[in-house]
Amino acid sequence: MLSQRTIDTFVGLFLLAAIGALLVLAFKVSGLTSFFKPAGYVVTAQFDDIGQLKVRSPVKMGGVLIGEISSISLDPTSFKAVVTLNIDKKFDAIPDDSSITILTAGLLGDNYVAITPMYSQTYLKQGSNIQDTHSAMILEKLIGQLIYKLGNSGATPAATTTTTTTDATNKVGAKHE
Amino acid sequence: MITCIINSITALGRFGIDTLQELGKAGTLLFRVVFRLPDVRKGFPLVMQQVYAEGVLSLLIIIVSGVFIGMVVALQGYHTLVKFGAAQQLGPLVALSVTRELGPVVTALLFAGRAGSAITAEIGLMKATDQLSSMEMMAVDPLQRVISPRLWGGFISMPLLTIIFNLVAIYGAYLVGVKWLGLDAGAFWSNMQSSVDFHSDVMNGIIKSVVFGLVVIWISVYQGYETAPTSAGIAGATTRTVVYSSLAILGLDFVLTAMMIGGW
Repeated sequence: MLSQRTIDTFVGLFLLAAIGALLVLAFKVSGLTSFFKPAGYVVTAQFDDIGQLKVRSPVKMGGVLIGEISSISLDPTSFKAVVTLNIDKKFDAIPDDSSITILTAGLLGDNYVAITPMYSQTYLKQGSNIQDTHSAMILEKLIGQLIYKLGNSGATPAATTTTTTTDATNKVGAKHE
Repeated sequence: MITCIINSITALGRFGIDTLQELGKAGTLLFRVVFRLPDVRKGFPLVMQQVYAEGVLSLLIIIVSGVFIGMVVALQGYHTLVKFGAAQQLGPLVALSVTRELGPVVTALLFAGRAGSAITAEIGLMKATDQLSSMEMMAVDPLQRVISPRLWGGFISMPLLTIIFNLVAIYGAYLVGVKWLGLDAGAFWSNMQSSVDFHSDVMNGIIKSVVFGLVVIWISVYQGYETAPTSAGIAGATTRTVVYSSLAILGLDFVLTAMMIGGW
């Protein structure tokens, strides 16, 4: 039979090991950083369609993470999605006429928000609203448009449209011929 | 014919009453152990001894199984994912399956086999050799002296063992995925970090392990305390501990998962 003191020591080590393991699980495995949420400022933007955007989705600028989505709601009168972005306060000189786009990471990845800077001399600040918004590209809608165009024009590609769908139509049309 | 039917109905009723009676006894036991004033000065060393016996001494089997389970999940996952060109997603696959399911469930099953059966046998033998009655004769409450420390010891040990199992399994997967199969270490960890959520994956796994720990240790203690005081009785009680614990773990796991995915 071990002495009580030895037993207490082993139990203490056991507890420490478990706490250490929990910390590693928190920071290394789940990448938990919200304990020390960086101080930031909040701006809003209205979109027609946010696709699969979720709370805590990343906000990027030039591909670099600068903040996250803090809430998403629907404006009851205009029926636009109101997205609230929490931007790290390090980035406090973003021109207020910048445009904001919902993009998809990879072909089938999650949605994120990208801010493209413009040239205004006044900057985004707490409570600003971004006017220039571009909604998410919904794959189903694109396919719908594509099929609609294919149905209208047969195998000849539509010549007048300038959207990205045209490119896709061209390719499919070419393959079709 | 009629008597045959009546007999079977009687047997069914007796079975129902017996089951309810056992549940009632188990509930009373748990209630009497948990809802009492704790004697910190005398009770604390006893609980520590049980955390040592049930937790620290289980570490070896938990760590070894954790490493091997992590390694095998990584190996299987890699060979499936690589067909879709998604081998970079091995980290999330392993981390999610371990923290959500394998960690709590496998740890609880091992815990039932390693610690639960030992407790049932120990308490059962104490009862068979009248040690519990002699304690009562000496005005020592066996519930307080024997049952309560074992229950608290197991309740404390189980989540700690699960946390350690999770970590070790993920490092086992790291060994196979990164060191052996040559995945990129940065992609392994960063994909894992972006898809594992601390609250909904890691914490929910720990909540599961707390529930499993309580159920396993409750069954073990009850089976030992209510065993028939013979050698065959102890053998049966030990078997029942392992069987009931495993069934309860797997059943509760489904219920808890359904609740957690349904968002409570």
